[in-house]
Amino acid sequence: MSMFSSLSPVARYIRASRMVAVCVLLLLLVALAALAGPLLNPNDYITTDFANRFGQPTMTNLHFFGTDELGRDLFSRTLLGAQVTLFVAVIASVVSLGIGVIYGAAAGFIGGKVDAIMMRAVDALYALPFVFLVILLMVAFERNFLLIFVAIGAINWLDMARIVRGQTISLKHREFVDAARLIGVSTPGIIFRHIMPNLFGVVVVYMTLTIPQAILVESFLSFLGLGVQEPQTSLGALVSNGVSHMERAPWLLIIPASVLAFILFCFNFLGDGLRDVVDPKKKA
Amino acid sequence: MTASMRYSGAMKHTLVLLLVSMLALGACDGGVDRAAQESVLHRGLGEEPGSLDVHKSRSSEAGHVLRDLGEGLTGYTRDGEIRAAAADHWTVSDDGLEYVFVLRPDARWTNGDPVTADDFVYSFRRLVDPTTAAFYENSVIDVANAAEIIAGEIPPESLGIEAMAIDQLKITLRHPVPYFLGLLTHPSTFPVHRGSVEAHGEAHSRPGNLVSNGAYRLVAWEVGSYIEIERNEYYWDAGNTAIDRVFHYVTPEPMAELNRYRAGELDITRAIPPESFKQMLETRPDEVRVSPALGVYYYGFNMTNPVFGDNPKLREALSMAIDREQLVAIVGRGEAPAYSWVPDGTANYEPQKYSWADMPPEERITKAQQLFYEAGFGPGKSFRPEIRYNTHDTHRQIAVAVQSMWKEVLGVEAKLINEEFQVMLENIVQKNSIDIFRMNWNGDYNDAHTFLSTAESDNPSNLTGYQSADFDSLMQRAARQTDPSRRRLYLEEAEARMLRDYPLIPMYFFVNKAMVSPQVRGWGDNVLNYHYSQHLSFAADE
Amino acid sequence: MLRYATLRILGAIPTLLLVIAIAFLMVHSAPGGPFDRERVLAPEVERNIERAYHLDESLPEQFSRYLQGLLHGDLGPSYRYRDYTVAELIGGALPLSIRLGALAMALALVAGVSAGMVAALRKNTIIDRLVTGIAMIGISVPVFVIAPLMVLVFAVFLNWLPASWTGGNAANRMLMPVIALALPQIAYIARLTRASMINVMNSDFVRTARAQGLSTISIVRYHAIKPAMLPLLSYMGPAIAGVLTGSVVVEEVFGIPGVGQFFIRGALNRDYTLVLGITVFYATLVIFLNLIVDLLYGFLDPRIRGR
Repeated sequence: MSMFSSLSPVARYIRASRMVAVCVLLLLLVALAALAGPLLNPNDYITTDFANRFGQPTMTNLHFFGTDELGRDLFSRTLLGAQVTLFVAVIASVVSLGIGVIYGAAAGFIGGKVDAIMMRAVDALYALPFVFLVILLMVAFERNFLLIFVAIGAINWLDMARIVRGQTISLKHREFVDAARLIGVSTPGIIFRHIMPNLFGVVVVYMTLTIPQAILVESFLSFLGLGVQEPQTSLGALVSNGVSHMERAPWLLIIPASVLAFILFCFNFLGDGLRDVVDPKKKA
Repeated sequence: MTASMRYSGAMKHTLVLLLVSMLALGACDGGVDRAAQESVLHRGLGEEPGSLDVHKSRSSEAGHVLRDLGEGLTGYTRDGEIRAAAADHWTVSDDGLEYVFVLRPDARWTNGDPVTADDFVYSFRRLVDPTTAAFYENSVIDVANAAEIIAGEIPPESLGIEAMAIDQLKITLRHPVPYFLGLLTHPSTFPVHRGSVEAHGEAHSRPGNLVSNGAYRLVAWEVGSYIEIERNEYYWDAGNTAIDRVFHYVTPEPMAELNRYRAGELDITRAIPPESFKQMLETRPDEVRVSPALGVYYYGFNMTNPVFGDNPKLREALSMAIDREQLVAIVGRGEAPAYSWVPDGTANYEPQKYSWADMPPEERITKAQQLFYEAGFGPGKSFRPEIRYNTHDTHRQIAVAVQSMWKEVLGVEAKLINEEFQVMLENIVQKNSIDIFRMNWNGDYNDAHTFLSTAESDNPSNLTGYQSADFDSLMQRAARQTDPSRRRLYLEEAEARMLRDYPLIPMYFFVNKAMVSPQVRGWGDNVLNYHYSQHLSFAADE
Repeated sequence: MLRYATLRILGAIPTLLLVIAIAFLMVHSAPGGPFDRERVLAPEVERNIERAYHLDESLPEQFSRYLQGLLHGDLGPSYRYRDYTVAELIGGALPLSIRLGALAMALALVAGVSAGMVAALRKNTIIDRLVTGIAMIGISVPVFVIAPLMVLVFAVFLNWLPASWTGGNAANRMLMPVIALALPQIAYIARLTRASMINVMNSDFVRTARAQGLSTISIVRYHAIKPAMLPLLSYMGPAIAGVLTGSVVVEEVFGIPGVGQFFIRGALNRDYTLVLGITVFYATLVIFLNLIVDLLYGFLDPRIRGR
């Protein structure tokens, strides 16, 4: 999936790192706006104004993005939504990362029958209709922020486990591992202290690709009405709300959808770029 | 260059192939048949009914289809007046306990069999038989012995219904029920055809098996998509059935339904989404039909929680602090602000409004603040109740609005909790740390009783846990009363009593709303929102 | 190969049991029952209904009853759609869902692979940028935005296509749902194909072939296509999951009575047997499809055949 596979490794490295830098910068800007914006903005995300429902984007009262169906400021709601969406996505990715790395590293390093059984289990879990399970989960229990993270994270760890396992197998016959074993370091010790740090590159790359997926899952849940609680919101919730008002107040759809697309855009490019930076020769 | 051309050529070729195969695949199952000669009506239905067995269905959607397929002893005119249906006429004893119905001599099943008194006896017994596992016992619970039969204590044959002749039916009640003729319009009291039930069992309500006694017969039923019915030539009033074929489409999403209507795929919708109401009113004013409905949207207090149960002033303050005019503006389809529990338009009844219903806003707000202070809250003591609502756009908006009104007027910091309906209901019924919840109640029949009975101490639908001996005794006195005007006084007193206790906050009364094509004639607005297809016709056919 | 396939199929049985157990526990631990509405049933009525559906039994009893039924191919009655059994409902909805999903996948593969290849062979040209850009948009805009937008434009405003499944004729009602469902997958596949094709075209054996004077066409046809398709195959799993998720949305928007619709309604209404039935069915389907993908992989890549 890499963008610059045709260039020489050095040129690719430079272009890719430039892209990575740009993407990181843009994402940091978005994150900064999402975090700091509400402090500077006179309108909060919660105050309703029934005289000013479906207000068009305007400079008066600083409703840059207009107001929603309850007269709430869409600018601050979009910022909050971006904040929540990024937060959900990062946490979900960390969860999938945590499970996936430990599982994959353990399977790859221990090898043999244990590996075979653990990977069969992963194959088995691939068969679970996760979308359905997440829906069940959200339907069955009270809306809980934490649950959303865990649920989304639980979907994504399988790929991570497979990739980490592959990397671990190639690492475990290296000299430093043998050395550690010789001086009597325990298996978990080797996995945590010697294998995992060397997985860093792959893991980071993969995480940037997991985040956009988590964002899309979150927005899907919001579409089904199974997302975060009011008056909190997420980009997915704003977008799905915007869809129902798209004729009367198109800005309610266009603005959050653009922000959502922009964030997804950045993460996808970042993932591509990082892959080239971390391992310029690795096949896509 | 050549390579890319070759490849885009190949791509085009494959795309064409794909499209052709799509068309071919699509063509396999045949489309909706729209013959030019017969008049065909396309109606939005709402949710999939799931069952067309009159005893096993319970949704209002099922009711709509069932009223086209069958009929009970009585029915409604297009304007919502009770009319004779399968019964030709009837007499009621002076004590209001015995009803004798004489059936129409020309009443026929869709297979040509005559509809007899025995059919009704069979059906009523099937309804109360515990092994049928029927949902809707309310319609016959007042018939003698019904409750005991449902509880499994005595056999179904002991139900207070008997065939006196092939066309004569006697029903005995346990106490007078002034709205009994209205109950008999309910699909659960429709007759089922004994022969086909016995022959097909569970599957008797499928196309091909279902024998019904209404203006239409069941032709096709694609679950989750549509139900197709056609005119029943044997129907006693078939001469007045103008529309030959009706499609009831499953349309759970009002927005998608409206799009179908705008694209010309539907003649009548089941709803109008709030988001598009204004636009429809502006662009298609003649097609928007709005009329008062028998339904109320309310917030209930958990009366078993002492914070609320022991503090009537708090409940009153919270109710008064809500600006209902704003709420109806948000929902925005002509809903009426509710200052009583029973809606306007209920037959033979005068809703008892709160004394402060007509207060100017400032005065109302001052009064609410004063009550809140007297209730023991105020600047020094904050109050953080939880509002529970189920997942839905309107409920969400109302909850946010109420939250901000309470904050503004009383400084209350309410927390919003959104749950799936089933989760919320379970929590409410179990009183699992519930403070305030959103709910609604829709009347089954046009009588104040359908609303007021939900506040009786032992009614399963009394979700607030309101217990009032005074209220219960007023309701019992009304139930024993055969004189309509005296009964009405008791009911009105009961409502006033309940309102004074503030176990719940009525927010607004629902409206029935539908898009109706200018081509459709015979549409009558009525509080129950019943629109029999047999009453409709097309302008072009006249 | 055969032994591998047999092992995989046998290995699927415990997976299935696990899926059933998890799903069973989850639906039954969810608060609320299948017959709860705002009009709360009288206790006697509720008891009669629970008895009729064996809901008055203990959970282990219900579970073993369910498993026994399953062995006989009986998925039980639906609680929400009381006139039908779960098997009948799935039997009616599945062909639709499969046709929809298969057409969307076919369209996604054809359009995605073609676009990706063209972009790869004309890399760094305007065509390439266009494909990459459009693919990015396809990835970044959720289906639940695209589908209603398409309805509004093509059905309501332009009146070219039906707004729903039951409108229009059998041919054109398929068009919008399939395209809406395929769009994100087209985007992913185009990106994948482009990257993988560029890689392959830069590999040593293609250079050798080129040095031997083979035309680009024959290089692509005889040497590059097969290896370039390998990453696509491993994408099929996520793609199927994506189409599954998307179909829930598309079915909702277009009113298609497919499996996704029944699942959502079933889950919301606590239609235990319907939810279980669909979960079991899909798990089986996914296991089967994964197996096919693995076997195909072995066919395309001889290196792992011996595994």
